[in-house]
Amino acid sequence: MHPTAQKIQAQFPEHLIDAREAFGELTLQLRRSGIAEVCRFLRDDPDLAFDHITDICSVDYPEDEERFEVVYHFYSIRKRHRIRVKARLPEEDCTIDSLTGLWRGANFLEREVYDMMGIRFNHHPDLRRILLTDDFDGYPLRKDFPTEGRGWRNTFEFIPKIE
Amino acid sequence: MDLESHKEGNSALSDKIKATDEFGLIYHPEPGGEEEGLGRPRTEELLLNMGPQHPSTHGVLRIVLDLDGERIVKATPHLGYLHRGVEKLSEGKTYYQIITLTDRLDYVCAMTNNYAYVRAVEKLLPLKIPERGEYVRTIVAEMQRIAGHLFWLGTQSLDIGAMTVFFYTFREREVLLDIFEMLCGARLTYSFYRIGGVQNDLTAEMIQRLRRFIDDFPSKLDEYDTLLVNNRIWLSRTRDIAVISAEDAVSFGMTGPALRGSGVHYDVRKAEPYGVYDRVEWEVPLGKNGDTYDRYWVRMQEMRESAKIIKQCLDQLPEGPVMVDQPGITYPKRDKIMVDMESLIHHFKLAYEGIKPPKGEVYCATEVPKGELGFYIMSDGSNKPYRLKIRAPSFVHLGAFDHMARGYMIADIVTIFGTYDVVMGECDR
Repeated sequence: MHPTAQKIQAQFPEHLIDAREAFGELTLQLRRSGIAEVCRFLRDDPDLAFDHITDICSVDYPEDEERFEVVYHFYSIRKRHRIRVKARLPEEDCTIDSLTGLWRGANFLEREVYDMMGIRFNHHPDLRRILLTDDFDGYPLRKDFPTEGRGWRNTFEFIPKIE
Repeated sequence: MDLESHKEGNSALSDKIKATDEFGLIYHPEPGGEEEGLGRPRTEELLLNMGPQHPSTHGVLRIVLDLDGERIVKATPHLGYLHRGVEKLSEGKTYYQIITLTDRLDYVCAMTNNYAYVRAVEKLLPLKIPERGEYVRTIVAEMQRIAGHLFWLGTQSLDIGAMTVFFYTFREREVLLDIFEMLCGARLTYSFYRIGGVQNDLTAEMIQRLRRFIDDFPSKLDEYDTLLVNNRIWLSRTRDIAVISAEDAVSFGMTGPALRGSGVHYDVRKAEPYGVYDRVEWEVPLGKNGDTYDRYWVRMQEMRESAKIIKQCLDQLPEGPVMVDQPGITYPKRDKIMVDMESLIHHFKLAYEGIKPPKGEVYCATEVPKGELGFYIMSDGSNKPYRLKIRAPSFVHLGAFDHMARGYMIADIVTIFGTYDVVMGECDR
Protein backbone atom coordinates (compact mmCIF):
# COMPACT_ATOMS: atom_id res chain seq x y z
CA MET A 1 0.00 0.00 0.00
CA HIS A 2 1.17 3.50 -0.81
CA PRO A 3 2.54 5.33 2.28
CA THR A 4 0.06 8.19 1.83
CA ALA A 5 -2.80 5.71 1.70
CA GLN A 6 -1.45 3.99 4.81
CA LYS A 7 -1.39 7.27 6.62
CA ILE A 8 -4.98 8.06 5.69
CA GLN A 9 -6.00 4.50 6.60
CA ALA A 10 -4.45 4.91 10.03
CA GLN A 11 -5.92 8.37 10.57
CA PHE A 12 -9.38 7.99 9.05
CA PRO A 13 -10.32 4.31 8.82
CA GLU A 14 -14.01 5.25 8.85
CA HIS A 15 -13.73 7.54 5.81
CA LEU A 16 -11.42 5.61 3.48
CA ILE A 17 -13.13 3.02 1.30
CA ASP A 18 -10.35 2.09 -1.07
CA ALA A 19 -6.89 3.18 -2.23
CA ARG A 20 -5.59 2.26 -5.67
CA GLU A 21 -2.47 2.99 -7.63
CA ALA A 22 -2.65 2.93 -11.41
CA PHE A 23 -0.58 4.68 -14.10
CA GLY A 24 1.65 5.93 -11.31
CA GLU A 25 -1.20 7.89 -9.74
CA LEU A 26 -2.65 7.34 -6.31
CA THR A 27 -6.43 7.40 -5.97
CA LEU A 28 -8.26 7.51 -2.66
CA GLN A 29 -11.93 6.59 -2.61
CA LEU A 30 -13.59 8.31 0.34
CA ARG A 31 -17.02 8.48 1.91
CA ARG A 32 -18.48 11.86 1.15
CA SER A 33 -19.12 12.66 4.81
CA GLY A 34 -15.37 12.72 5.42
CA ILE A 35 -14.24 14.71 2.40
CA ALA A 36 -13.65 18.03 4.15
CA GLU A 37 -11.94 16.43 7.13
CA VAL A 38 -9.58 14.24 5.08
CA CYS A 39 -8.77 17.05 2.66
CA ARG A 40 -7.89 19.32 5.56
CA PHE A 41 -5.52 16.63 6.77
CA LEU A 42 -4.04 16.25 3.28
CA ARG A 43 -3.35 19.97 3.17
CA ASP A 44 -2.05 20.47 6.71
CA ASP A 45 -0.02 17.33 7.32
CA PRO A 46 3.67 18.31 6.94
CA ASP A 47 4.58 15.11 5.06
CA LEU A 48 1.70 15.32 2.60
CA ALA A 49 1.37 19.12 2.27
CA PHE A 50 -1.07 19.20 -0.65
CA ASP A 51 -1.09 22.97 -0.86
CA HIS A 52 -2.12 23.35 -4.50
CA ILE A 53 -5.58 22.53 -5.79
CA THR A 54 -5.29 21.31 -9.34
CA ASP A 55 -8.78 20.41 -10.34
CA ILE A 56 -12.27 19.40 -9.30
CA CYS A 57 -14.53 17.56 -11.69
CA SER A 58 -17.32 15.04 -11.63
CA VAL A 59 -18.31 11.88 -13.46
CA ASP A 60 -21.81 10.56 -14.02
CA TYR A 61 -22.65 6.85 -13.82
CA PRO A 62 -26.41 6.70 -14.47
CA GLU A 63 -26.70 2.95 -13.79
CA ASP A 64 -24.97 3.01 -10.44
CA GLU A 65 -26.71 3.27 -7.12
CA GLU A 66 -24.56 6.22 -6.15
CA ARG A 67 -24.77 8.04 -9.41
CA PHE A 68 -22.24 10.84 -9.23
CA GLU A 69 -18.60 10.88 -8.43
CA VAL A 70 -16.69 14.03 -7.54
CA VAL A 71 -13.02 13.83 -8.44
CA TYR A 72 -10.43 16.07 -6.80
CA HIS A 73 -6.84 16.44 -7.90
CA PHE A 74 -4.30 17.91 -5.51
CA TYR A 75 -0.66 18.68 -5.91
CA SER A 76 2.03 19.47 -3.39
CA ILE A 77 4.44 22.14 -4.56
CA ARG A 78 6.68 21.53 -1.55
CA LYS A 79 6.76 17.72 -1.80
CA ARG A 80 6.19 17.37 -5.56
CA HIS A 81 3.55 14.69 -5.52
CA ARG A 82 0.00 14.32 -6.73
CA ILE A 83 -3.10 12.66 -5.39
CA ARG A 84 -6.60 12.01 -6.64
CA VAL A 85 -9.47 11.88 -4.18
CA LYS A 86 -12.91 10.65 -5.12
CA ALA A 87 -16.27 10.50 -3.40
CA ARG A 88 -19.56 9.06 -4.63
CA LEU A 89 -22.97 10.64 -4.06
CA PRO A 90 -26.49 9.45 -4.78
CA GLU A 91 -28.78 11.30 -7.18
CA GLU A 92 -31.53 12.08 -4.69
CA ASP A 93 -29.11 13.93 -2.41
CA CYS A 94 -26.23 15.09 -4.55
CA THR A 95 -24.54 17.40 -2.07
CA ILE A 96 -21.02 17.40 -0.75
CA ASP A 97 -19.05 19.69 1.52
CA SER A 98 -17.31 22.57 -0.15
CA LEU A 99 -13.54 22.93 0.03
CA THR A 100 -13.55 26.69 -0.45
CA GLY A 101 -12.41 27.13 3.14
CA LEU A 102 -9.29 25.08 2.45
CA TRP A 103 -8.25 26.22 -1.03
CA ARG A 104 -9.55 29.47 -2.41
CA GLY A 105 -9.28 28.14 -5.95
CA ALA A 106 -12.02 25.62 -5.15
CA ASN A 107 -14.59 28.37 -5.54
CA PHE A 108 -14.65 28.51 -9.35
CA LEU A 109 -13.97 24.81 -9.81
CA GLU A 110 -16.92 23.84 -7.61
CA ARG A 111 -19.15 26.30 -9.39
CA GLU A 112 -18.27 24.61 -12.65
CA VAL A 113 -19.13 21.18 -11.25
CA TYR A 114 -22.45 22.56 -10.03
CA ASP A 115 -23.08 24.15 -13.43
CA MET A 116 -22.29 21.06 -15.47
CA MET A 117 -23.48 18.22 -13.25
CA GLY A 118 -25.85 19.77 -10.72
CA ILE A 119 -23.90 18.75 -7.65
CA ARG A 120 -24.44 21.14 -4.77
CA PHE A 121 -21.64 22.11 -2.44
CA ASN A 122 -22.53 22.81 1.18
CA HIS A 123 -21.23 26.10 2.60
CA HIS A 124 -20.09 27.37 -0.78
CA PRO A 125 -20.11 31.19 -0.58
CA ASP A 126 -21.44 31.85 -4.09
CA LEU A 127 -22.88 28.75 -5.73
CA ARG A 128 -24.15 30.01 -9.09
CA ARG A 129 -23.85 28.79 -12.63
CA ILE A 130 -20.57 29.89 -14.13
CA LEU A 131 -20.32 28.97 -17.81
CA LEU A 132 -23.99 28.64 -18.72
CA THR A 133 -26.70 31.24 -18.35
CA ASP A 134 -28.63 31.46 -15.11
CA ASP A 135 -31.88 30.35 -16.76
CA PHE A 136 -30.36 27.28 -18.42
CA ASP A 137 -32.45 24.18 -17.90
CA GLY A 138 -30.64 20.98 -16.99
CA TYR A 139 -27.07 19.94 -16.40
CA PRO A 140 -25.31 19.25 -19.69
CA LEU A 141 -22.56 16.89 -18.59
CA ARG A 142 -25.00 14.38 -17.17
CA LYS A 143 -25.20 11.36 -19.41
CA ASP A 144 -28.95 11.75 -19.98
CA PHE A 145 -28.52 15.23 -21.45
CA PRO A 146 -28.34 15.01 -25.26
CA THR A 147 -25.21 16.46 -26.86
CA GLU A 148 -27.26 18.40 -29.43
CA GLY A 149 -29.23 20.07 -26.63
CA ARG A 150 -32.93 19.99 -25.84
CA GLY A 151 -34.09 22.38 -28.49
CA TRP A 152 -33.60 25.38 -26.25
CA ARG A 153 -31.70 27.19 -28.98
CA ASN A 154 -34.67 27.00 -31.37
CA THR A 155 -36.75 29.08 -29.00
CA PHE A 156 -34.52 32.14 -29.37
CA GLU A 157 -36.61 34.87 -30.91
CA PHE A 158 -33.89 36.54 -32.92
CA ILE A 159 -33.29 33.49 -35.10
CA PRO A 160 -35.92 33.67 -37.85
CA LYS A 161 -37.70 30.37 -38.39
CA ILE A 162 -37.76 29.13 -41.96
CA GLU A 163 -41.26 28.10 -42.96
CA MET B 1 -38.15 71.70 -8.46
CA ASP B 2 -38.64 71.36 -4.74
CA LEU B 3 -36.67 68.86 -2.73
CA GLU B 4 -39.66 66.68 -1.75
CA SER B 5 -40.76 65.88 -5.29
CA HIS B 6 -37.18 65.37 -6.32
CA LYS B 7 -36.82 62.72 -3.64
CA GLU B 8 -40.05 61.11 -4.65
CA GLY B 9 -38.91 60.92 -8.22
CA ASN B 10 -35.72 59.34 -7.00
CA SER B 11 -37.43 56.64 -4.98
CA ALA B 12 -39.74 55.79 -7.87
CA LEU B 13 -36.67 55.40 -10.03
CA SER B 14 -34.91 53.25 -7.49
CA ASP B 15 -37.94 50.92 -7.32
CA LYS B 16 -37.66 50.52 -11.05
CA ILE B 17 -33.98 49.76 -10.72
CA LYS B 18 -34.72 47.18 -8.06
CA ALA B 19 -36.99 45.40 -10.47
CA THR B 20 -34.17 44.89 -12.95
CA ASP B 21 -31.62 44.07 -10.29
CA GLU B 22 -31.83 40.33 -10.86
CA PHE B 23 -29.85 40.65 -14.05
CA GLY B 24 -26.95 41.83 -12.00
CA LEU B 25 -26.61 44.81 -14.28
CA ILE B 26 -27.84 47.74 -12.27
CA TYR B 27 -26.72 48.37 -8.79
CA HIS B 28 -29.25 49.68 -6.37
CA PRO B 29 -27.55 52.12 -4.03
CA GLU B 30 -28.71 52.37 -0.46
CA PRO B 31 -30.52 55.66 0.01
CA GLY B 32 -28.85 57.89 2.50
CA GLY B 33 -26.62 60.87 2.64
CA GLU B 34 -29.37 63.26 1.53
CA GLU B 35 -30.91 63.52 4.98
CA GLU B 36 -27.63 64.43 6.55
CA GLY B 37 -27.60 67.89 5.15
CA LEU B 38 -27.08 69.50 1.80
CA GLY B 39 -23.53 70.57 2.45
CA ARG B 40 -22.25 67.05 2.35
CA PRO B 41 -21.67 65.39 -1.04
CA ARG B 42 -23.59 62.22 -1.66
CA THR B 43 -21.40 59.14 -2.23
CA GLU B 44 -22.53 55.85 -3.63
CA GLU B 45 -20.95 52.87 -5.24
CA LEU B 46 -21.26 52.62 -8.97
CA LEU B 47 -21.79 49.40 -10.81
CA LEU B 48 -20.03 49.30 -14.14
CA ASN B 49 -20.39 46.58 -16.69
CA MET B 50 -17.26 45.91 -18.71
CA GLY B 51 -17.39 43.60 -21.69
CA PRO B 52 -18.17 41.14 -23.14
CA GLN B 53 -17.41 43.31 -26.17
CA HIS B 54 -14.32 45.17 -25.13
CA PRO B 55 -11.01 45.18 -26.99
CA SER B 56 -8.85 44.56 -23.95
CA THR B 57 -10.71 41.51 -22.71
CA HIS B 58 -9.12 39.43 -25.50
CA GLY B 59 -12.24 37.61 -26.42
CA VAL B 60 -15.54 37.75 -24.69
CA LEU B 61 -15.17 38.23 -20.98
CA ARG B 62 -17.58 40.28 -18.95
CA ILE B 63 -16.63 41.84 -15.67
CA VAL B 64 -19.07 43.61 -13.40
CA LEU B 65 -17.20 46.19 -11.39
CA ASP B 66 -18.30 47.76 -8.14
CA LEU B 67 -16.62 51.13 -8.06
CA ASP B 68 -16.06 53.62 -5.32
CA GLY B 69 -15.05 56.63 -7.35
CA GLU B 70 -12.26 55.21 -9.46
CA ARG B 71 -11.38 52.44 -7.03
CA ILE B 72 -12.45 48.85 -7.63
CA VAL B 73 -14.37 47.53 -4.65
CA LYS B 74 -15.36 44.24 -6.21
CA ALA B 75 -14.92 42.63 -9.60
CA THR B 76 -17.18 39.76 -10.62
CA PRO B 77 -16.19 37.87 -13.76
CA HIS B 78 -19.04 36.47 -15.83
CA LEU B 79 -17.73 33.67 -18.02
CA GLY B 80 -19.15 31.36 -20.59
CA TYR B 81 -19.62 33.53 -23.66
CA LEU B 82 -17.35 31.19 -25.62
CA HIS B 83 -18.58 27.95 -24.09
CA ARG B 84 -18.87 25.34 -26.82
CA GLY B 85 -19.14 22.25 -24.66
CA VAL B 86 -15.85 20.68 -25.68
CA GLU B 87 -16.00 18.24 -22.79
CA LYS B 88 -19.48 17.07 -23.75
CA LEU B 89 -18.58 16.86 -27.45
CA SER B 90 -15.52 14.76 -26.61
CA GLU B 91 -17.70 12.07 -25.07
CA GLY B 92 -19.15 11.41 -28.51
CA LYS B 93 -15.91 11.43 -30.48
CA THR B 94 -13.10 8.95 -30.92
CA TYR B 95 -9.70 9.68 -29.43
CA TYR B 96 -8.28 10.84 -32.76
CA GLN B 97 -11.17 13.19 -33.49
CA ILE B 98 -10.71 15.05 -30.23
CA ILE B 99 -7.29 16.38 -31.31
CA THR B 100 -8.98 18.92 -33.57
CA LEU B 101 -11.22 20.05 -30.72
CA THR B 102 -8.21 20.78 -28.53
CA ASP B 103 -6.91 23.19 -31.18
CA ARG B 104 -9.87 25.43 -30.42
CA LEU B 105 -9.12 25.75 -26.73
CA ASP B 106 -6.19 28.09 -26.55
CA TYR B 107 -6.09 29.20 -30.15
CA VAL B 108 -3.09 31.46 -29.64
CA CYS B 109 -0.84 28.45 -29.10
CA ALA B 110 -2.95 25.59 -30.34
CA MET B 111 -0.19 23.03 -30.57
CA THR B 112 0.53 23.00 -26.86
CA ASN B 113 -3.08 21.90 -26.33
CA ASN B 114 -2.60 19.08 -28.83
CA TYR B 115 0.49 18.12 -26.93
CA ALA B 116 -1.27 18.09 -23.58
CA TYR B 117 -4.08 15.95 -24.95
CA VAL B 118 -2.00 13.37 -26.83
CA ARG B 119 0.29 13.00 -23.83
CA ALA B 120 -2.72 12.09 -21.68
CA VAL B 121 -3.87 9.48 -24.22
CA GLU B 122 -0.35 8.09 -24.51
CA LYS B 123 -0.15 7.78 -20.76
CA LEU B 124 -3.39 5.83 -20.83
CA LEU B 125 -2.35 3.45 -23.62
CA PRO B 126 0.67 3.49 -22.71
CA LEU B 127 2.86 4.38 -25.67
CA LYS B 128 6.49 5.34 -26.08
CA ILE B 129 7.43 7.90 -28.70
CA PRO B 130 10.53 7.57 -30.90
CA GLU B 131 13.52 9.67 -29.90
CA ARG B 132 13.32 12.09 -32.81
CA GLY B 133 9.60 12.45 -32.31
CA GLU B 134 10.19 13.62 -28.74
CA TYR B 135 12.75 16.14 -29.91
CA VAL B 136 10.47 17.54 -32.60
CA ARG B 137 7.67 17.76 -30.05
CA THR B 138 9.81 19.69 -27.62
CA ILE B 139 11.14 22.03 -30.29
CA VAL B 140 7.68 22.81 -31.62
CA ALA B 141 6.21 23.22 -28.13
CA GLU B 142 8.89 25.78 -27.30
CA MET B 143 8.30 27.58 -30.61
CA GLN B 144 4.66 27.77 -29.61
CA ARG B 145 5.62 29.11 -26.20
CA ILE B 146 7.61 31.89 -27.85
CA ALA B 147 4.75 32.62 -30.26
CA GLY B 148 2.26 32.66 -27.38
CA HIS B 149 4.38 34.91 -25.19
CA LEU B 150 5.03 37.26 -28.11
CA PHE B 151 1.31 37.51 -28.68
CA TRP B 152 0.81 38.23 -25.02
CA LEU B 153 3.58 40.84 -24.91
CA GLY B 154 2.22 42.67 -27.95
CA THR B 155 -1.35 42.80 -26.74
CA GLN B 156 -0.52 43.52 -23.12
CA SER B 157 1.60 46.52 -24.03
CA LEU B 158 -1.01 47.63 -26.55
CA ASP B 159 -3.62 47.58 -23.80
CA ILE B 160 -1.42 49.62 -21.52
CA GLY B 161 -0.69 52.14 -24.23
CA ALA B 162 2.75 51.19 -25.53
CA MET B 163 1.64 50.56 -29.07
CA THR B 164 4.99 50.13 -30.81
CA VAL B 165 5.87 46.81 -29.19
CA PHE B 166 2.88 45.18 -30.81
CA PHE B 167 4.29 45.66 -34.32
CA TYR B 168 7.66 44.21 -33.42
CA THR B 169 6.36 41.16 -31.58
CA PHE B 170 4.01 40.33 -34.43
CA ARG B 171 6.90 40.64 -36.88
CA GLU B 172 8.75 37.89 -35.00
CA ARG B 173 5.63 35.82 -34.47
CA GLU B 174 5.12 35.88 -38.23
CA VAL B 175 8.46 34.13 -38.78
CA LEU B 176 7.39 31.34 -36.47
CA LEU B 177 3.96 31.06 -38.07
CA ASP B 178 5.63 30.71 -41.47
CA ILE B 179 7.65 27.78 -40.14
CA PHE B 180 4.49 26.24 -38.71
CA GLU B 181 2.84 26.64 -42.07
CA MET B 182 5.71 24.80 -43.74
CA LEU B 183 5.50 22.16 -41.04
CA CYS B 184 1.82 21.28 -41.16
CA GLY B 185 0.07 23.63 -43.59
CA ALA B 186 -1.81 25.65 -40.98
CA ARG B 187 -1.17 28.91 -39.20
CA LEU B 188 -3.65 28.79 -36.36
CA THR B 189 -5.26 25.39 -35.78
CA TYR B 190 -2.49 22.94 -36.45
CA SER B 191 -3.48 19.48 -35.12
CA PHE B 192 0.20 18.71 -35.55
CA TYR B 193 0.67 16.37 -32.62
CA ARG B 194 -0.72 12.89 -33.10
CA ILE B 195 -1.20 10.01 -30.73
CA GLY B 196 2.15 8.29 -31.15
CA GLY B 197 4.24 11.14 -32.50
CA VAL B 198 3.87 14.11 -34.79
CA GLN B 199 2.40 14.56 -38.22
CA ASN B 200 5.54 15.63 -40.13
CA ASP B 201 9.25 15.77 -39.71
CA LEU B 202 11.31 18.94 -39.68
CA THR B 203 13.01 19.50 -43.02
CA ALA B 204 16.48 20.97 -43.53
CA GLU B 205 14.99 24.28 -44.68
CA MET B 206 12.83 24.60 -41.59
CA ILE B 207 15.79 23.84 -39.35
CA GLN B 208 17.86 26.46 -41.14
CA ARG B 209 15.12 29.08 -40.80
CA LEU B 210 14.61 28.19 -37.16
CA ARG B 211 18.32 28.44 -36.40
CA ARG B 212 18.46 31.87 -38.00
CA PHE B 213 15.45 32.95 -35.96
CA ILE B 214 16.86 31.58 -32.70
CA ASP B 215 20.23 33.27 -33.24
CA ASP B 216 18.59 36.64 -33.75
CA PHE B 217 15.90 36.28 -31.15
CA PRO B 218 17.75 37.30 -27.94
CA SER B 219 18.69 40.63 -29.56
CA LYS B 220 15.02 41.13 -30.49
CA LEU B 221 14.09 40.60 -26.86
CA ASP B 222 16.58 43.28 -25.86
CA GLU B 223 14.88 45.53 -28.37
CA TYR B 224 11.50 45.04 -26.69
CA ASP B 225 13.11 45.65 -23.35
CA THR B 226 14.45 49.03 -24.46
CA LEU B 227 10.95 49.98 -25.56
CA LEU B 228 9.40 49.06 -22.23
CA VAL B 229 11.67 49.04 -19.20
CA ASN B 230 12.91 52.56 -19.85
CA ASN B 231 9.39 53.78 -20.33
CA ARG B 232 8.23 55.50 -17.15
CA ILE B 233 4.57 55.20 -18.03
CA TRP B 234 4.91 51.47 -18.66
CA LEU B 235 6.74 51.02 -15.37
CA SER B 236 4.24 52.95 -13.30
CA ARG B 237 1.40 51.04 -14.89
CA THR B 238 2.90 47.60 -14.20
CA ARG B 239 4.93 47.94 -11.00
CA ASP B 240 2.92 47.08 -7.88
CA ILE B 241 -0.19 46.45 -9.94
CA ALA B 242 -2.21 43.29 -9.37
CA VAL B 243 0.08 42.02 -6.64
CA ILE B 244 -0.55 38.50 -5.41
CA SER B 245 1.43 36.85 -2.66
CA ALA B 246 2.94 33.40 -3.09
CA GLU B 247 0.57 31.84 -0.53
CA ASP B 248 -2.49 33.30 -2.21
CA ALA B 249 -1.33 32.29 -5.67
CA VAL B 250 -0.84 28.69 -4.51
CA SER B 251 -4.15 28.67 -2.68
CA PHE B 252 -5.94 29.88 -5.80
CA GLY B 253 -4.36 27.04 -7.77
CA MET B 254 -2.50 29.36 -10.10
CA THR B 255 0.19 27.93 -12.35
CA GLY B 256 2.59 29.04 -15.03
CA PRO B 257 4.13 32.52 -15.21
CA ALA B 258 1.32 33.89 -13.02
CA LEU B 259 2.52 31.67 -10.18
CA ARG B 260 6.23 32.00 -10.89
CA GLY B 261 5.90 35.77 -10.90
CA SER B 262 5.19 35.44 -7.17
CA GLY B 263 8.37 33.45 -6.70
CA VAL B 264 6.95 29.93 -6.44
CA HIS B 265 9.14 27.38 -8.15
CA TYR B 266 6.67 25.20 -9.99
CA ASP B 267 7.07 24.33 -13.63
CA VAL B 268 5.68 21.02 -14.89
CA ARG B 269 8.61 20.74 -17.29
CA LYS B 270 10.98 20.60 -14.31
CA ALA B 271 8.76 18.94 -11.72
CA GLU B 272 7.58 16.06 -13.93
CA PRO B 273 9.82 16.20 -17.01
CA TYR B 274 8.37 15.04 -20.29
CA GLY B 275 9.61 15.32 -23.87
CA VAL B 276 13.34 15.97 -23.69
CA TYR B 277 13.25 18.75 -21.10
CA ASP B 278 15.46 16.69 -18.80
CA ARG B 279 18.14 16.38 -21.47
CA VAL B 280 18.69 20.09 -22.07
CA GLU B 281 19.94 22.80 -19.77
CA TRP B 282 17.59 25.57 -18.85
CA GLU B 283 16.34 27.45 -15.85
CA VAL B 284 13.03 28.44 -14.37
CA PRO B 285 12.90 32.23 -14.02
CA LEU B 286 11.22 33.38 -10.81
CA GLY B 287 9.81 36.76 -9.88
CA LYS B 288 9.86 38.32 -6.43
CA ASN B 289 7.01 40.75 -5.90
CA GLY B 290 4.18 39.00 -7.70
CA ASP B 291 3.19 42.15 -9.56
CA THR B 292 2.49 42.67 -13.24
CA TYR B 293 6.05 43.73 -13.93
CA ASP B 294 7.46 40.52 -12.44
CA ARG B 295 5.14 38.42 -14.52
CA TYR B 296 6.29 40.39 -17.56
CA TRP B 297 9.90 39.74 -16.60
CA VAL B 298 9.25 36.03 -16.06
CA ARG B 299 7.70 35.70 -19.50
CA MET B 300 10.56 37.59 -21.13
CA GLN B 301 13.08 35.30 -19.45
CA GLU B 302 11.03 32.26 -20.42
CA MET B 303 11.30 33.23 -24.05
CA ARG B 304 15.07 33.37 -23.67
CA GLU B 305 15.04 29.95 -22.02
CA SER B 306 12.81 28.59 -24.78
CA ALA B 307 15.30 29.82 -27.36
CA LYS B 308 18.05 28.05 -25.42
CA ILE B 309 16.05 24.83 -25.32
CA ILE B 310 15.34 24.94 -29.06
CA LYS B 311 19.00 25.58 -29.84
CA GLN B 312 20.17 22.60 -27.76
CA CYS B 313 17.45 20.36 -29.18
CA LEU B 314 18.44 21.24 -32.72
CA ASP B 315 22.07 20.41 -31.89
CA GLN B 316 21.13 17.07 -30.36
CA LEU B 317 18.43 16.16 -32.90
CA PRO B 318 18.82 12.44 -33.62
CA GLU B 319 17.84 10.62 -36.81
CA GLY B 320 14.90 8.28 -36.97
CA PRO B 321 11.13 8.23 -37.29
CA VAL B 322 8.90 10.88 -35.70
CA MET B 323 5.90 8.60 -35.35
CA VAL B 324 5.34 5.22 -33.75
CA ASP B 325 4.46 2.47 -36.22
CA GLN B 326 2.11 0.34 -34.18
CA PRO B 327 -0.85 -1.23 -35.95
CA GLY B 328 -4.12 -0.49 -34.22
CA ILE B 329 -2.77 2.68 -32.60
CA THR B 330 -1.29 4.76 -35.40
CA TYR B 331 -2.35 5.10 -39.00
CA PRO B 332 -0.25 3.12 -41.49
CA LYS B 333 1.77 4.97 -44.11
CA ARG B 334 -0.21 6.08 -47.12
CA ASP B 335 1.90 4.19 -49.68
CA LYS B 336 1.60 0.98 -47.67
CA ILE B 337 -2.19 1.08 -47.65
CA MET B 338 -2.29 0.78 -51.42
CA VAL B 339 -0.19 -2.41 -51.58
CA ASP B 340 -0.53 -4.09 -48.21
CA MET B 341 -3.76 -5.83 -47.20
CA GLU B 342 -3.06 -5.69 -43.43
CA SER B 343 -2.31 -1.99 -43.59
CA LEU B 344 -5.56 -1.39 -45.42
CA ILE B 345 -7.48 -3.28 -42.72
CA HIS B 346 -5.71 -1.41 -39.92
CA HIS B 347 -6.40 1.88 -41.62
CA PHE B 348 -10.07 1.02 -42.06
CA LYS B 349 -10.44 -0.17 -38.49
CA LEU B 350 -8.74 2.92 -37.10
CA ALA B 351 -10.86 5.28 -39.16
CA TYR B 352 -14.03 3.30 -38.40
CA GLU B 353 -13.52 2.48 -34.73
CA GLY B 354 -10.52 4.36 -33.50
CA ILE B 355 -8.23 3.23 -30.77
CA LYS B 356 -9.47 1.50 -27.65
CA PRO B 357 -7.35 2.31 -24.61
CA PRO B 358 -7.64 0.08 -21.55
CA LYS B 359 -10.09 0.83 -18.78
CA GLY B 360 -8.76 3.35 -16.31
CA GLU B 361 -8.25 6.98 -15.54
CA VAL B 362 -5.29 9.29 -15.96
CA TYR B 363 -4.50 12.88 -15.19
CA CYS B 364 -1.70 14.32 -17.25
CA ALA B 365 -0.36 17.84 -16.76
CA THR B 366 1.56 19.78 -19.39
CA GLU B 367 3.18 23.17 -19.09
CA VAL B 368 1.60 25.43 -21.70
CA PRO B 369 2.38 29.16 -22.00
CA LYS B 370 -0.58 30.00 -19.74
CA GLY B 371 0.20 27.49 -17.01
CA GLU B 372 -0.60 23.89 -16.27
CA LEU B 373 -3.01 22.42 -18.79
CA GLY B 374 -4.28 19.11 -17.50
CA PHE B 375 -6.36 16.45 -19.17
CA TYR B 376 -8.24 14.01 -17.00
CA ILE B 377 -9.44 11.08 -19.08
CA MET B 378 -11.78 8.45 -17.74
CA SER B 379 -11.80 5.48 -20.09
CA ASP B 380 -14.34 2.65 -19.94
CA GLY B 381 -12.41 0.59 -22.48
CA SER B 382 -14.42 1.79 -25.49
CA ASN B 383 -13.23 3.90 -28.41
CA LYS B 384 -14.57 7.13 -26.88
CA PRO B 385 -13.60 8.67 -23.55
CA TYR B 386 -16.27 8.17 -20.90
CA ARG B 387 -15.37 11.52 -19.40
CA LEU B 388 -12.79 14.06 -20.42
CA LYS B 389 -12.06 17.00 -18.20
CA ILE B 390 -9.86 19.87 -19.23
CA ARG B 391 -8.10 21.68 -16.43
CA ALA B 392 -7.72 25.04 -18.11
CA PRO B 393 -5.23 27.44 -16.50
CA SER B 394 -7.11 30.53 -17.72
CA PHE B 395 -10.26 29.39 -15.94
CA VAL B 396 -8.46 28.81 -12.66
CA HIS B 397 -6.64 32.14 -12.96
CA LEU B 398 -9.88 34.06 -13.38
CA GLY B 399 -10.92 32.64 -10.01
CA ALA B 400 -8.30 34.93 -8.52
CA PHE B 401 -9.44 37.94 -10.54
CA ASP B 402 -11.57 39.51 -7.84
CA HIS B 403 -8.82 39.08 -5.27
CA MET B 404 -6.23 40.68 -7.53
CA ALA B 405 -8.37 43.56 -8.79
CA ARG B 406 -9.67 44.85 -5.46
CA GLY B 407 -8.32 48.20 -4.41
CA TYR B 408 -6.83 49.18 -7.75
CA MET B 409 -7.98 51.95 -10.04
CA ILE B 410 -10.37 51.36 -12.90
CA ALA B 411 -7.60 52.20 -15.39
CA ASP B 412 -5.64 49.22 -14.07
CA ILE B 413 -8.32 46.72 -14.98
CA VAL B 414 -6.96 46.21 -18.51
CA THR B 415 -3.52 45.56 -17.05
CA ILE B 416 -4.99 42.98 -14.70
CA PHE B 417 -6.82 41.25 -17.56
CA GLY B 418 -3.67 41.09 -19.56
CA THR B 419 -1.33 39.95 -16.84
CA TYR B 420 -2.86 36.45 -16.68
CA ASP B 421 -2.54 35.96 -20.43
CA VAL B 422 -6.15 34.81 -20.52
CA VAL B 423 -7.54 33.24 -23.67
CA MET B 424 -11.27 32.85 -23.39
CA GLY B 425 -11.47 29.88 -25.74
CA GLU B 426 -9.58 27.90 -23.16
CA CYS B 427 -11.31 29.44 -20.18
CA ASP B 428 -14.85 28.72 -21.36
CA ARG B 429 -14.03 25.57 -23.32
